[in-house]
Formats: sequence, structure tokens, C-alpha cells
Amino acid sequence: MKKTYKIDVDCANCANKMEEAAKKTAGVKDATVNFMALKMIVEFEEGQDAKSVMKEVLKNCKKVEDDCEIYL
Amino acid sequence: MNKKQKKMLIRILAAAALMILFSCLPIDGYLRFGLFMIPYLVIGYDILKKAGKGIRNRQVFDENFLMAVATLGAILLGDYSEGVAVMLFYQIGELFQSYAVGKSRRNISDLMDIRPDYANIECDGQLEKVDPDEVEIGSTIVVQPGEKVPIDGIVIEGKTALNTSALTGESLPREVEKGDEVISGCINMTGLIRIRTTKEFGESTVSKILELVENSSSRKSKSENFISKFARYYTPAVCYGALVLAILPPLVRMLFMGLSPEWGDWIYRALTFLVISCPCALVISIPLSFFAGIGGASNAGVLVKGSNYLETLSQTKIVVFDKTGTMTKGVFEVSGVHHNSMDQEQLLEYAALAESASSHPISKSLQRAYGKAIDRSRVSDIEEIGGNGVTARVDGRMVAVGNAKMMNRLGIVWQDCHHVGTVVHIAIDGEYAGHILISDIVKPTAVEAIQSLKKASVAKTVMLTGDAKRVAEQVASELGIDEVYSELLPADKVRKVEEFLAMKSEKEKLAFVGDGINDAPVLSRADIGIAMGAMGSDAAIEAADVVLMDDDPLKVSKAIRISRKCLRIVYQNIYFAIGVKAVCLILGALGIANMWMAIFADVGVMILAVLNAIRALFVKKL
Repeated sequence: MKKTYKIDVDCANCANKMEEAAKKTAGVKDATVNFMALKMIVEFEEGQDAKSVMKEVLKNCKKVEDDCEIYL
Repeated sequence: MNKKQKKMLIRILAAAALMILFSCLPIDGYLRFGLFMIPYLVIGYDILKKAGKGIRNRQVFDENFLMAVATLGAILLGDYSEGVAVMLFYQIGELFQSYAVGKSRRNISDLMDIRPDYANIECDGQLEKVDPDEVEIGSTIVVQPGEKVPIDGIVIEGKTALNTSALTGESLPREVEKGDEVISGCINMTGLIRIRTTKEFGESTVSKILELVENSSSRKSKSENFISKFARYYTPAVCYGALVLAILPPLVRMLFMGLSPEWGDWIYRALTFLVISCPCALVISIPLSFFAGIGGASNAGVLVKGSNYLETLSQTKIVVFDKTGTMTKGVFEVSGVHHNSMDQEQLLEYAALAESASSHPISKSLQRAYGKAIDRSRVSDIEEIGGNGVTARVDGRMVAVGNAKMMNRLGIVWQDCHHVGTVVHIAIDGEYAGHILISDIVKPTAVEAIQSLKKASVAKTVMLTGDAKRVAEQVASELGIDEVYSELLPADKVRKVEEFLAMKSEKEKLAFVGDGINDAPVLSRADIGIAMGAMGSDAAIEAADVVLMDDDPLKVSKAIRISRKCLRIVYQNIYFAIGVKAVCLILGALGIANMWMAIFADVGVMILAVLNAIRALFVKKL
């Protein structure tokens, strides 16, 4: 299952860091952050609840880049 | 500028003014330190705050943390103005970057300004504006002059000229009237039309295109992946380098050379390293270049589905074309009248009238060539002979129109045609009156398209077709195509493309150009699948990597040139940014470059790289 989320982040490297953080989150199969379109595309593992996984993703992203937002 | 950016601008101006003022004051000691802390905190408080959070989250290679260490270090070493200036320029760089990125985001969405805001629905004689999302299939919508067609459909009333330039890059308006299909995103220029919708808004061309363009930069190219990987190693490497630089040389001087360690000097050099270690200039310019390149391409009517495809496209060395519908129009037209005993026009008139009752493609093209309205009252006794042709009485004269079999059947001596195509013989009152040649017409820009590919240093052009050998070879020689393979079934085309793929080297890419309707397997097998004439064809948009909005083969070379320009800019930026950083690191280690130079190099490189990236947007003259 793939879902796209709108994000807000100021610098390109921070976007890369968010992508890394999202990829490492449990329940996420793959993640891409598109800095130019300010979008995050998350592919979830089978049988994962997107909502609870995304909460973790947001938490992990905040850890690497405090000044970011994912609109869930 | 948005609110955040305006606030930052005010902070930058205030800090700069304070810094200049305090630099002029003849003060010393703690007072000087205290005064300089004012502009420092004005400009850098958020960085310090983020750095603190970074430490708590164990993100030591966070830019904010590095900046904080570098500037605080400079201040502790007594270089107050330098500490403030580094922070100031860092923020100027960040502001510029955020402004430039926002600006190019807007630029590109302006280029693709095709999203309709509303649809007009007629309700009791009154026009009502509704959200296009709410319009159901089969509804009737009204499009007034100056408005965008919001949803794909068929014109049921009125005629007008449509401006399709936002979709295809083609500036010539397209005339439509009752019965014609129209696609969303075109702008109605002259008359009011009523349209019966054939799709939902979400399935309409305009939604598909917007979705495609918006998602295109999510498919990352190798260069982008390279640079983000590079950034991951670069920053820690430079930081460790800084640590070594701060400790090792002084120890060596002290223990082995018997010199004074000069801790301050070496720590200062290490701090310079920290300033240079920020990777933002590198990281921003690459996706921005691709984004601008894709934006520029879509403005020219070339939709590229991802940065990776733009990258592959730039390495195209072999272009394989489908024939029908790609290099030729795929509709049959009268291309000549030969051996005629009467005036061409008149012969066509007889043929068209005799065939007026038939819906066969051949008779359609005869009627199109005749071009005038058909007066059925002039025709009588129409008799269709299956597989042969038609006989009819036109203006009292007996007209027979058909193939060679028909002529033989009537016992009429006919003449063969040495041109390639379908030959329609005509006999009037039992006498041979000549023949009309009907063939698939080569697109007007096809020859130029092949020439410009050659100019763009494409090594080989190939044409694949299911058509007869004679036809294929004639078209190929007319166009100047290098190799041609004819009488292929769809599966044979895939096999041929695979043969070519096996023959070429890894670095040379193969592009296949087709009309997308029955080429889907080949399109997906090639390194790059280019579908053309894709307006309104979902299948083509799905299957291809690059979509040409109109059916002009000239756009293939344009797409390649756009991709080359974009990739050239990408490599310029990579080499330039890494090069300047490397030079600064060396000069910094030797003590030649000070912190001022380091921050200037950092911000300057970023600004130049961003400006260079935006150049990828301009593709008009390519």
C-alpha cells in the first residue's frame, strides 16, 4: 500500500534526512521524499496500519529535523 | 516572499546594521563581547535552539549544530565580528535558497497552469459554477470563450477554436465543432460550446497530466541518489577532519618539532572546516535542476515521468520508431491521381459521388479529398460488389470505382501504379478513366525529425513496422532512416528491440517511439518508451516513460536536447560545488582561507548553483 502525504521542510538536505528516517521506521517498506513537490510517498508493509506507522514516521523525522511537518 | 522569509529578512538587516555599527565603535573587552552578542543572538537564536535540540536527539552532524559550534568557537577565540558574520551569511544563504525554491515551485506550477477551477452547468437556463469533481459522466457542461475546458468530452453544440498550447506547446489553435472530441485543459478562444462529458474529472486528461508532472520528481535519478549519499558521508568526514586538524598538528609541533603549539590558530582552521562542511549547496541544486528541466519540458509539450527518465533520455544513442501513426499520419489520404483522361478534380468528384454510400476507409478518404458537400441526388443505382468496389450512376453516367479485380470483372484495361499504396481504378461508361492513389502520408516534420536526431548525435535510427516491405522501404528512404524492418507482428517488434538492446553497450540507451496504442509491450521493454499523440489516450500515458502531448516526431529530438541541457547543468553543479568545497578545504587547512572566505564560498556556490539550476527551465530555443 502506498500513500502520499504533504510535508513542509525548508532545506533539501533535511528532506533527505527525513527520507532516511522514514525508511528506517518499522512498518515502512520504502519511502521517498520529494523536496521540490513537498511530498512524502510512503509504501507500507503488508498488514500495517498506515495511521499508527505514520505517527512513528513523524516522530522519527522530528528527531532528525526538528523543523519539519508531515500533514497526516 | 512569505511571512517566514520576511521575518528572516528583517532579522538579517537588523543584525547586519548592528554589526557594522558596533565594528565602528572604539570599544574593547567584555563590553565589546556583550555588544556583539546582540546581533549574534538576533540572527542566530533559532540556529542555537535547533542545535540544542539536535544534541538532545544525538544529531551531531546536523547543520545547525555545526554552525553553532563554528560561530561560538570563533567568538571564544575573540573573533566576534567573524562569528556574527558567518551566522549572518549562513542565514542569507538559507533565505535565498528558500526564496529561489519557492519561486521555481511557483514558476513551474504557472507553466502548468491548466487546472480548471470550475465547470459550468446549465440549470433552468442559468449557468451555475460547480466543482469539476462533482460533474458526473454524461453531464452537459458549457464552456464560454476565455474559459478552460474542465473535463474531457464531446462537443454537442457550437463551434470554436481551442488553444491547446498549455498541453502541447503548439501555438496554432485547433478548430472543433459538433461531434468532435475535446480534452480538458484547452482554452476556449472564440465561441460558446456545449460538451457532453465522457469522463470524470479525476480521469480527465488535465488531472492525469497534473498528477504525472507533480509526481515526476519523486522518481529520483542516479545523480540525485549519488549526491544525497555523498552528503551523508561528506559532512561527517569533514567534521572528523576538523577534529584531527584541531588536535594533531599542534601536538606534532609541540612534541616533535619543539615549536609552540599555536592551539588558537589550528582550532580556527578546524572551525573553518566546520563552516565548509554544510552540504546544502550540493544537495539543493541537483533536484532543483531536474525539477526545472521537467517543468521546462512539460511546457514544451513533453511530459517526462521522472528525473531518472530524463537522465536516461540524455544518453539516448539509438532511436527506434514505429511507422504507422508515428512517422506517418496513420490515416489514408489521396496522394495522387494518375493516367486520368479527365480533369483531376472531376475524376475525384465522380469517385467520391459513386462511393458516397460506403463507409469504407477508402471511400472516406476519397470524400475528404473531394472536400465539398456530397449531393446524393446526383447518384443512383449504387451497387456494392464486396472485395471489388462500387458501381453507380452519377449524373447519368455509369461509374465503376474499385480495385484491379473490379476492372478485370468489367473487362476494362487498366494501368498499374508504380507508387506504393492502395490504387483505386475508375472507369466511366466502360472506359478506363485513370486511378487514384491512396496512401498513408508521412508527417510533414518527419524528415526534419530524423535530421535533427542525427544532429543531436543519435548514432542510429531504426524503423519497425508491420507494413509491407515495399511500403516500409519507401518511407524509410524518404525519411533517411538508417535501418528498417518490415512485416513484423507486435511480438516481433519486442524481439527486434531486445536484439538491439543486447547489441549496444550499457551506457548507450535505446528509445522506442510509438503511438502508444498497441506498442505497450515495446514501450516498456525499451530503455525509454516515448509515446506520442497521447492527448486523451490513457493507455499511452500509462505505458510510456516520456509522453509527447502532440504527435509531432520533431519533439523526440527536442526532448533529447532538453534532457541533455538539464544533465549538463546537473554535472556543472556537481563538479562546481564539490570542486569549490575541496579547494576551500585545502586552503582552510593551509591557513590561507579564513572563515570569511569559507562562508562566502559556501553561500556563493549555493546561489550560483541554484541560478544555474533554474536555467534548465528555459527550453524554448532548444
